[in-house]
This record gives sequence, C-alpha cells and structure tokens, in this order.
Amino acid sequence: MPPLLRLILWRLGTSLIVLIGVSMLIFAIARVIPGDPARIALGANATAEQVEALRARLNLDEPIVVQYGIFLRDLARGDLGVSLYTNRPVTADIAQFLPATMELIVVAGLMMVLIGLPLGALAARYRNSWVDSTIRVISLLGVSAPSFVWAVILMLLFAYFLPIFPIAGRISEAMAVPRVTGFMLIDTLLAGRFDAFRNAAAHLALPAFALALSGIGQAARLTRANMIETYDKPYIEMAQSYGFSERKIARSYAFRPSLIPSLTIIGLDFAAMLGNAFLVEAVFAWPGLSRYGVEVILRKDLNGIVGTVLVISALFLIVNMIIDILLAYINPRIRHSTRPS
Amino acid sequence: MTDAPTLLLRDLRLAFRGYTGVTEVLHGISLHIRAGERVALVGESGSGKSVTARIVLGLLQDQRGARITGQVRVEGRDLAAMSRRARVALRGRRMSMIFQDPTSALNPVYRIGTQFTEVLRRADPAITERAARARAAALLDEVAIHDPARVLDAYAFQLSGGMNQRVMIAMALANNPALLIADEPGTALDVTVQAQTLGLMRRMVADHGAAVLFISHNLGVVREFADRVYVIYKGRIVEHGPTAALFDTPRHAYTRALMAAVPRITGGGIPDLPERDDAFAAPMELHPGVAEPEAT
Ligand SMILES: Nc1ncnc2c1ncn2[C@@H]1O[C@H](COP(=O)(O)OP(=O)(O)OP(=O)(O)O)[C@@H](O)[C@H]1O
Ligand SMILES: [Mg+2]
Repeated sequence: MPPLLRLILWRLGTSLIVLIGVSMLIFAIARVIPGDPARIALGANATAEQVEALRARLNLDEPIVVQYGIFLRDLARGDLGVSLYTNRPVTADIAQFLPATMELIVVAGLMMVLIGLPLGALAARYRNSWVDSTIRVISLLGVSAPSFVWAVILMLLFAYFLPIFPIAGRISEAMAVPRVTGFMLIDTLLAGRFDAFRNAAAHLALPAFALALSGIGQAARLTRANMIETYDKPYIEMAQSYGFSERKIARSYAFRPSLIPSLTIIGLDFAAMLGNAFLVEAVFAWPGLSRYGVEVILRKDLNGIVGTVLVISALFLIVNMIIDILLAYINPRIRHSTRPS
Repeated sequence: MTDAPTLLLRDLRLAFRGYTGVTEVLHGISLHIRAGERVALVGESGSGKSVTARIVLGLLQDQRGARITGQVRVEGRDLAAMSRRARVALRGRRMSMIFQDPTSALNPVYRIGTQFTEVLRRADPAITERAARARAAALLDEVAIHDPARVLDAYAFQLSGGMNQRVMIAMALANNPALLIADEPGTALDVTVQAQTLGLMRRMVADHGAAVLFISHNLGVVREFADRVYVIYKGRIVEHGPTAALFDTPRHAYTRALMAAVPRITGGGIPDLPERDDAFAAPMELHPGVAEPEAT
C-alpha cells in the first residue's frame, strides 16, 4: 500500500475513534448539567404531564446507555434528533449555520497561510534589515491581542470611523442571492452576480482578518525562526557554493524545509480559530454556528449541543488530517518511511 | 593566460567586524595551485582553512562584516575586480566544493536526481530533464554507483553516508570545474569509507582534469592524497613544500607537532602545543623548488 494512502486510512481510523470518544463525553456531560431540558423547553406554565410526555418522547426516561444506543442508531441514519430550540432537525440547523462559520474560518486560514508564511520568509531572507524589523513588529502586534479584541478594533477603525467595510452581517439585503451551498462567496458566483460577490467579500474581510491576525503573526514568527535556522544548514552553503541564485535558495532550499515545523503549528492555530470564531461572530453579528451553539447550550437543548460539538470536532479532525497529508507531501521522510526497493 | 595558476592567493587577509571590535582571522595567506595539481591546506581547527575556501568561492565577499584584502585569482582572473554576478557565475562551473558531511550537505527535501539537474543547469541552462538524468546516471556510474536509477530517485536520507559522498563527488565534478575545493571531505564518515572515497576522488579529479584544494587537519590523509602541502597556523602559512619533502624533513615546529598527532587518524587531533616556543614565531619554511610565483 502506498505510504500516503496508508497515512490517510490511519488518520481516518483514529479520527473515527476520537469522534466516538467525543460523542460519548458530550453525550454524558450534556445530561449531567443540572436542569431538565423538557421543562426548559416547555416553560414554567406547562403541566407535569406535558413535561413527562416530552421526556418520554426524548427517551430521557431510559437509562443513559440505552439513550446513547438510540443516539448511535439515529446517527447511522444521519439523524441527530430534533432541536428543542428551533423545533427543527439538528442536521437542518447545522446545514443552515455551519457554512457561514466555515466560510469565515477557511478564509481566515488562507489569510494565515498566504500572508503569514511569505512574511516570515521575507523577514528571514532579509534578516536584520529594516524589512525584518518591520515584519517582526507587525507579527508581534498580531499575536499580542486575542482575535475578538482585533475584531472590535478593526470594526471601529475600518467600518465605523473610516467606513470602508460594512459593519456587520454576511451580505447587504439588496444583494441577496439564492442559497445553494450556503457559502456566500460561492453562491454569489453561482448566481453570476459579481457585484454581490464583491459585497460578500467586503463583509467577510474584517471578521476573517481579525480571526487570522494572531495566526498570521504566529506563522510569520515561526517561519522566520525556522528559516534562519535552516540558512545555517550545510545544504544551504552547498547550494550557495554551486552559485544558485539567492531567490532560488530562499524559495526551494530554505523555505520548503522550514515549512515542515511551521505547518504543524498552523494546524494547531487553525484549531484555535474554531474557538475564536465564536467571539468574532458575536462581534460582527455573523450568522454562524456560534450563535446557535450558545443558544442551544443556554437552553440545554441536548440534541443541539451534541450535534454542534460533533460537527466542530469533525471539522477540527478534518483540518488536522489535511495538515498531516500536506506535511507528508512536503516531508519526504514521512512519505517514504521505508527505503526504496 | 594559459599558464596562469588555477588558483592564486596573494597576501590574503581577512578580518571580521563584530560588536566587540575587529577580529583578524587571516594574516596574509599566499598560495597557488596549478592546473591539475592536488594541493593540501593543513592546520588545526580554527586556523582559517574553511574561511579561505569560502573566500575562494566568493561567498565571504558577500557577507557583511567580513573585510577582505589581498588578491584571489581564479584562472588568472581577479575576484575582487569582478562584479558579484561574474563571481557567482564561476561557482558550480569553474569551481565547486565538496563538504565534510555529505548527508547533511545534500538537500533533504529533493531527490538526488532533481539536485543533479539543478547542478547541470548551472553549466547548461537549456538541458532537458531527460538529458540531465542520462548525464547524471553516467556520472554516478563513474563513481562506481551501478544502479543510478535507484539513487537518482532517492533522497539523501535514504542512502548511506558513503553513497552520498560519492554522489557529492560526482555532482562537484559534473560541470568539469577547473578547481575542486574539498573541505575535510568525509571526516564525518568511518575510516574505511573515507579511504575508499579518497581513492575515488583521486581518480575522478584526474579524469575530469580538476585541480584540488584539499583541506584537512589530518596529515595521514594528506600524505595519501596531495602533491604539495601548505601548513596553516593561526591564519598564517608557516611551511609549504612537496608532500614527500615536507614529510621527510618537516622544518617548522608546528608541522612537527602536527605530525606527532598523525597516528590518531580518526579524530582527536593535535596534542597540546608549546605555543610560547620561539620556533612558532619562525618565518615561513620553504622547501626547495616550490617558491610562490610572483604576483601577476
Ligand atoms: N562569520 C564569521 N564571523 C566571525 N568569525 C568567524 C566567522 N567565520 C569564521 N570565523 C572565525 O575564523 C576562524 C577560522 O575559522 P575556520 O572555519 O576557517 O577554521 P577551520 O580552520 O576551518 O577550522 P576547522 O578545522 O574547525 O573547520 C575561527 O576562529 C572562527 O571563529
Ligand atoms: Mg573548517
């Protein structure tokens, strides 16, 4: 079996085990927090019989192990139960709110990689010059405040005092396009509306940048440090002794090996983004999974809580799997764990 | 022009400017290497061998804080009088270098074949992938690697140190340079492999008509390999001569101390030296018939 395929299968297997573990944990935790979900959902005026009936409908009168069994059986059919908060299937809720969050995170992740890595590489190539100093100050600034603080600052500066960007939401009312994927950038393009696309991109810019800033700083600092270390390696001197251009040496001799440790950390930063997105979404009134998540937790909507947590965990595992595959692709030591025959 | 030595250093001085002031490292090195000659530069750790090699390659010239004076002529052309671009053009074409630890000197994320292609492109930018591969395979065959396809598709970490050493020798001579600099080649390898690659290098430089600047602190190895020897001590050449003469009648006290250290071929190095000895301040020892040519 090719090593890359083996790696993917291995990661899929471990991810599944992790997901099962997470589901058990959240299933149990959601049920031990105090408060009766049926009572909360029906309100103080409901009769004891009504509450009892709802508890029975939710299988809450069964032992927890049986409840988990029922949950697994439903999950296998792609059914996460009905949310007591929205009175809709949890899967429908997630399908509605997840794309907004994913769009935000994916764009922020791309910013982190596409801005952070080149900044770090630039700083390393021109180390100890003014270029380096400038980049170091910027990246230090980036990591020095949490993303919701950046969200507020950016919003005040670039949406309020200087109204360059829209202040909240995903797209202007007038620009609304039919929902296909739920990803605004994709849906506007599918509708062939470039004006709407630009509008959606402008809405996305500030929250995504706020979310990405600390990651950008982190990625830049790390890449710089790794690359400077790489520049001291014998294979760089060898490349220089062959007269390869500085540009080629920076790009393919120093940058690529330095990417390996950087990417590992970027994977972790990405995970942190999933958490930070909740606060940034709140600041920019971004209709994503965060508001839904907070509501279902406050209302002790069991199915909503379990569904949200599972989806976030799955997202986290997928991101890490992608990073691992990228790493294997870049680092031949992983890709070719055995000597060629 | 044709009788200009392949490498000529005349009164080469090097100082590093640092936060604490200026540190002089080379105090006027003069040496020459004629076409096809194998010349050793021997001295203890820190005596200035590697910086000399880096200056010859034109690498230190670009480093801030390094102050270089004196002449460096490669095939008669003065490096200092050349543009940076022209200096870079010599590297990988007219001169190349092999390094101490072959495995860490090869790029870890590219296959040997890819690295070979890049080296061959230095001399022939238009060479096709296929032609480069064929040429690389032929070069590997020359260094007794008889399954070139496997090696070209491998990464350095998948090959043994001795194998990488041979790959590096083949790469260094791929473009038929006039000068090959070998900075303590193979000291990271075990003694038998070192001896093998030394023999191989000897044959390869003869076949490719390259002159060699062979840097070492191991006189045992030098005796095997070099036609002539320069002994460097604290940034000065203290003695030089044909290998046989130098080994028969070492004149400078430092050379004799070096020789006393020879039996420990694999390492260790030089025993404690009586540095206060007047003999160390003696002027350069010169064996007959090898005077430095006049500066041209
Ligand atoms: N970039 C630099 N800046 C400051 N000092 C340097 C620099 N490079 C080398 N030196 C100093 O120059 C001296 C000579 O160094 P060099 O590397 O040439 O020694 P060497 O003879 O090759 O020793 P070894 O056998 O250990 O390789 C050393 O004292 C070293 O500390
Ligand atoms: Mg050295």
